[in-house]
Amino acid sequence: MDLSTSYLGLALPHPFVAGASPLSDTVERCQHLAAAGIAAIVLRSLFEEQIAQEALAHHQAVFGHTEAHGEARTYLPAADDSVFGPDQYLAHLRAVKRAVPVPVIASLNGHTESGWIDYGKRIEDAGADALELNLYSVATDTGESGAEVEDRAVMIVRQVARSLRIPVAVKLSPFYTSLPHFALRLREAGATGLVLFNRFFEPDLDLEALELHTHMDLSHRSELLLRLRWLALLSGQVDVELAVSGGVHTATDAIKAVMCGAHCVQLVSALLKGGAERTSTLCAEVRRWLQDHGYESLRQMRGSMDHSRSPDPKALERANYMRALQTYRVD
Amino acid sequence: MVLSRSATLDGNEAAARVAYRLSEIAAIYPITPSSTMGELADEWSAKGEPNVFGTVPTVVEMQSEGGAAGAVHGALQAGSLAVTFTASQGLLLMIPTLYKIAGELLPFVMHVAARTVATHALSIFGDHSDVMACRQTGAAMLCAANVQEAQDLACIAHVATLRSRVPFVHFFDGFRTSHEIAKITLLDDDDLRALAPLDAMRAHRERALTPDRPVLRGSAQNPDVFFQAREAQNPFHDACPDAVVAAMAAFAARTGRRYEPFRYHGHAAAERVVVVMGSAAETVREVVDHLVAQGERVGLLQVRLYRPFRADWFADALPPQVQRIAVLDRTKEPGAPAEPLCLDVLAALRQAEQAGRARWAATPHVVGGRFGLSGKEFTPAMAAAVFHHLTAARPRDAFTVGITDDVTHRSLPFDAEFELPREGRSEAVFFGLGADGTVGANKNSIKILGEATDLHAQGFFVYDSKKSGAITISHLRFGARHFEAPYLIRRAAFVACHQFGFLDRYDVLEPAAPGATLLLNAPFPADAVWGELPAEVQARIRELGLRVFTIDADAVARDAGVGGRINTIMQVCFFALAGVLPRDEAVQRIKDSIRKSYDKKGDEIVRRNFAAVDATLAGLHELRVPPDGAAGHRRPATVAAVAPDFVQRVTAAMLAGKGDLLPCSAFPPDGTWPTDTARWEKRAIAAAIPVWDPAVCIQCNKCALFCPHAAIRAKVHEHDDDALPSQPWRGKDFAGWRYTIQVAPDDCTGCGLCVQVCPAKDKANPRHKAIEMTPVRDVRDRERGRWDAFLALPEADRAAIAKLDVKGSQLLQPLFEFSGACAGCGETPYLKLLTQLFGDRLLIANATGCSSIYGGNLPTTPYARDAAGRGPAWANSLFEDNAEFGLGMRLSVDALTARANKLLHGLAPLLDADELVGELTAAHERSEAWLAEQRRRVAVLRQRLRALDLTEARELGALADYLVPKSVWLVGGDGWAFDIGYGGLDHVLSMPHDVNVLVLDTEVYSNTGGQASKATPLGAAAKFASRGKAIDKKDLGLMAIQYGHVYVASVAIGAQDAHTVRVLREAEAYPGPSLVIAYSPCIAHGYDLVFGADQQKRAVQSGVWPLFRYDPAHADRDEPPLVVDTPGGSVPVAEYMRNEARFRMVERIDPAGFRRYAAGAQRAATRRMAVYQHIAQLRFPTAAPPSPTPTPTGGDQEA
Repeated sequence: MDLSTSYLGLALPHPFVAGASPLSDTVERCQHLAAAGIAAIVLRSLFEEQIAQEALAHHQAVFGHTEAHGEARTYLPAADDSVFGPDQYLAHLRAVKRAVPVPVIASLNGHTESGWIDYGKRIEDAGADALELNLYSVATDTGESGAEVEDRAVMIVRQVARSLRIPVAVKLSPFYTSLPHFALRLREAGATGLVLFNRFFEPDLDLEALELHTHMDLSHRSELLLRLRWLALLSGQVDVELAVSGGVHTATDAIKAVMCGAHCVQLVSALLKGGAERTSTLCAEVRRWLQDHGYESLRQMRGSMDHSRSPDPKALERANYMRALQTYRVD
Repeated sequence: MVLSRSATLDGNEAAARVAYRLSEIAAIYPITPSSTMGELADEWSAKGEPNVFGTVPTVVEMQSEGGAAGAVHGALQAGSLAVTFTASQGLLLMIPTLYKIAGELLPFVMHVAARTVATHALSIFGDHSDVMACRQTGAAMLCAANVQEAQDLACIAHVATLRSRVPFVHFFDGFRTSHEIAKITLLDDDDLRALAPLDAMRAHRERALTPDRPVLRGSAQNPDVFFQAREAQNPFHDACPDAVVAAMAAFAARTGRRYEPFRYHGHAAAERVVVVMGSAAETVREVVDHLVAQGERVGLLQVRLYRPFRADWFADALPPQVQRIAVLDRTKEPGAPAEPLCLDVLAALRQAEQAGRARWAATPHVVGGRFGLSGKEFTPAMAAAVFHHLTAARPRDAFTVGITDDVTHRSLPFDAEFELPREGRSEAVFFGLGADGTVGANKNSIKILGEATDLHAQGFFVYDSKKSGAITISHLRFGARHFEAPYLIRRAAFVACHQFGFLDRYDVLEPAAPGATLLLNAPFPADAVWGELPAEVQARIRELGLRVFTIDADAVARDAGVGGRINTIMQVCFFALAGVLPRDEAVQRIKDSIRKSYDKKGDEIVRRNFAAVDATLAGLHELRVPPDGAAGHRRPATVAAVAPDFVQRVTAAMLAGKGDLLPCSAFPPDGTWPTDTARWEKRAIAAAIPVWDPAVCIQCNKCALFCPHAAIRAKVHEHDDDALPSQPWRGKDFAGWRYTIQVAPDDCTGCGLCVQVCPAKDKANPRHKAIEMTPVRDVRDRERGRWDAFLALPEADRAAIAKLDVKGSQLLQPLFEFSGACAGCGETPYLKLLTQLFGDRLLIANATGCSSIYGGNLPTTPYARDAAGRGPAWANSLFEDNAEFGLGMRLSVDALTARANKLLHGLAPLLDADELVGELTAAHERSEAWLAEQRRRVAVLRQRLRALDLTEARELGALADYLVPKSVWLVGGDGWAFDIGYGGLDHVLSMPHDVNVLVLDTEVYSNTGGQASKATPLGAAAKFASRGKAIDKKDLGLMAIQYGHVYVASVAIGAQDAHTVRVLREAEAYPGPSLVIAYSPCIAHGYDLVFGADQQKRAVQSGVWPLFRYDPAHADRDEPPLVVDTPGGSVPVAEYMRNEARFRMVERIDPAGFRRYAAGAQRAATRRMAVYQHIAQLRFPTAAPPSPTPTPTGGDQEA
């Protein structure tokens, strides 16, 4: 059974890709993933703002006390090689590229215009096969409209895509007013792929301490449904390769995602729970399902249940909710 | 290492870069002001920089200077080229080994930044009292007078020691030379390689102790042979000066720079000559030039080679017409006929005459004088005074210069206004805060000037002893001609005040020359600045005709996002106004250095600093000085008018920077100093202070507990007045009373720790807590009034407080307040709590280190007194002997107590009408109520004793206070307890006496700048462990537990404050030795200490810092003595580590290494906890060795 697919111009033997996570934090883990048969590896994001913030905090903590007292010039060793910048990320990227035969996709969350482009170029130079732009931001400014948020994102994608030779994917949040329109603009700006969707740290309340606590749990299968809808709505409408990220835990989940249009399936929680070896199990299960259900290949299945081909496209639309209300009966 | 031909660097670096490249092994131990030399050697070694022989020197940090000396001795014996760096007490600890090294004729150089040896007080500053203690060891002594010489004579010492086999002490003045930045001509590797005597090195190797050519050294010799063998080495010392001269000649041939063992400078037929060593020689030389130009026949004889002292060469170096000689010693040898150099000169003259070598017609009259102790300024005026004194009919011997001695009247008067001409030289003085980066920027400016121009440049930096809100004064000179000028600037053409508040506290304009430029950083619009200046400053500006420029550098810094670091902004202003470089070039060079310094620290840092530079000149304005008009406010008095007499006379002068003017009679002669003086120093350094909201407060008192400076306090009282906010007290004690939290607005450092730990939040707006940081400008006057009202309230009755827990303990008056510790210091909350719990009966033996500096560094003393006049009695002996020192206090207290008891029993028949004696000698009940009652009984006893006209009664009256138990605490840091003082501490713990040890564990040598100790944890970067410490910290607690009779506990006040309070009380109550190891966050950990408590929680939760108590008394009750109070394991160790730069920087350098360390630290924490849990299961039979009981006579049972 042919499970091969393509994503960001990369020919993959099957759709299962390791999503951005601690799974790719060390070369050894990446080698383990590759040995377990993963089709590609997405590295964790390089966060420009985090680098800057840590550099500033480090600067304040270390340099704030220098040359202040007669008995001590400094209070920590001079570490010229303690570098605050993307170098460590790039070194890791290079090391992973050397160590694994599978494609390696880097991920970037920029903070400044120059950061997106500069860091993107450095990632390309370091040998990434593709770049995933992690367009994560929470819109909190009452002075900025939704259109302006989208314009800014499109501009970033355009500039990065123009600057790079490697394919660029955009990892999105679901919180856009008109995702198909926005997706199309991103495509036109140069995005080759879209990743649906980012999962966020979400603050919870500590009622005793009256504090906010942010944390991230592993994904749950229930999160897949939101992604299936938007995969299905974008597939066929926007000429872009789609990846699903979040909520795929079983072969059935993966099959649904592919049927809705996914070119690849990014796994994180499933691998964290089941280990890298889960990849081969999932492949085997998908293969068996395709065989059992008479499919010729994975490609044949892809998009078969998207908005353009699903027997009941209205089910994907808002009318679904309207009809549910109309058919609700008190008795 | 920079290998260009000239560079601007300090004396320490100048010496170290030679020492490093001519050595194979360095064994060191940090001590001010020499620490930098060892640190640089370690940095170079860590980077893999080779010496001139192509190998990378091995640099090891030892547990003490004694250890370092031992290590170099071994290295030398085994055939390597070894070196060390030290000063002061450290040098004294090396002396025994120095005798050995010299006695065994081992070629070796010790580089010393000469520093005062502690006598009546410690001093970190420079004089020759340390090196003078080495003159009898057999080591040669070579003295450098400036930064260039510190490099050059370092090289000559390394060459000469190999040639002569006599070890060398190469020394230069601590701080004055070790820390002066100057432009010097460098020795490069080729120079050193060319000068290094390879044949002598080979010979040294051939003498190496090796089983291939076995010999024995260090034999024990008897009266039959020792003497002869000792004399057998005479030829080596005899030849040593020639080896030095040969090395100097070779050096001159290579570099063109000529040196002599004795250098004469001055009139060829001088009649008056000053003999001196060290940096003062440069000052004398300048004065000689000035006086000779005026026709005076004067000269300088500078001693460079002090040992071996070639008396004949000295005599030959003197001008034949010499009639009067003043020998200046930078040391004091009480009881000697003269100071050491003076004695040598006297001997040399006599020997010359006896040998018939004297070229003078009549024996010159020689007088000795002391100068410059503890880095006291030695100015041209003082040098001129010495020459002038030599014209007196009967010049005074054993004079002093630089001070006013109104006790023994030995000081020479000098003309304070005397100045040497300074043609072609520019001088600038900058007043900054330690934290604002002023010193760093000025060092950078010197570098720029040194590298971009042909100008000679010099910088010297004066620091105060505070670790928070510290003032720095930078003295910069630059000029077309070479100069030395090793003294402070007194008439500057440019004065910058980087902190506007200084104008109210210091005489900032004192060093301003007429017509000088004054640059102010003022937080006001330019047109409002004049009105904000104190009247005294306004008047002085007019009087001197100053041009005044102003900038709101804090606003520029804020807008650019560089926080409080205004350094580059003020640096741009300096270059713009000084005109020494074209503005554009200066700005470009500043930017270049920013990029060089911070490039690897992130684009954002560079970007923000560039933004600050670019925005500066637009904000710089010249102030129009109005010719007349209303005067500004008067500068406030340095201390309040109600301060005690001593504070008014002495402390206030020191606080105002006028301590140099105080005469000898102002000081107690034995180092005794009054406590309770910090309260008069109103530093007002906080930009924001906490303000209390009674509507939200839950009366937990955590703010007061955690405040490192006792600047926020709680009180219960009966005062209900709108002027002082209060709320009803919620405790069962003090029913019906009010409760107030109040900040001392001028004593708070603004660290924010109190607000961070405050758990009380407004229900409707949880962002608002019961205390909130508020800009001080908005509330200062109001809070000052409230603080005064708060202080006027009586302290709570100690005996009436229901429970001495976290809440109750904070109703006790802190008797440690307003220290100069860092904002957010992790040590001081423990000390403050200690003084609250036991302060009125507390003796503290304090090891040298941070706690002795913020605890005892003048001008002010933070240990305080209660209303009855009682409070902690505090003393610092040394770094290494503190456990023994504290034990001695205990023994003494016990002896005096025993004496009081004996007298009491003897007098009992005359006193005991109502069981008073029985009650006085009853067992201590360990309660405040009992203590109060005992004090009452002592008062009654004294009253009755007064009625008895007996010697014994009078003696008991004097000793009666010893019937109230005293609490003896041995306080120090991990450097003391884990390293240099461990042997003594271990011994004291092995004894039965009731001493309490508080180890303030910052896990590094904090005071000297973060060098690794044996308490440094696995994976932490520290100096001498820059890639992360590879071995986990010593488990001091477990080591003490194995004795079985020691109360041992580990605390972290930020993690479990109640536990800390409990432990301190248990430790104090335990009748034998107690050891409390206290986790102490420190700036050397590399994070904002406002999060100190949070980080302590992580340390405890991760298991890196387990909390436990081992109480031997439990064994008597058939209970396991060890109680593990926190299991750890709830937070990954790596999460704890990632929050501190000391660990995180290792991860940034070497991610895989960090992961190994984190995994290792996790394993170590788990293993340690498993060991503790295992011990915690152990029950001991009650018949086991009993817990110690107090020994009233305090005798050492083992003795």
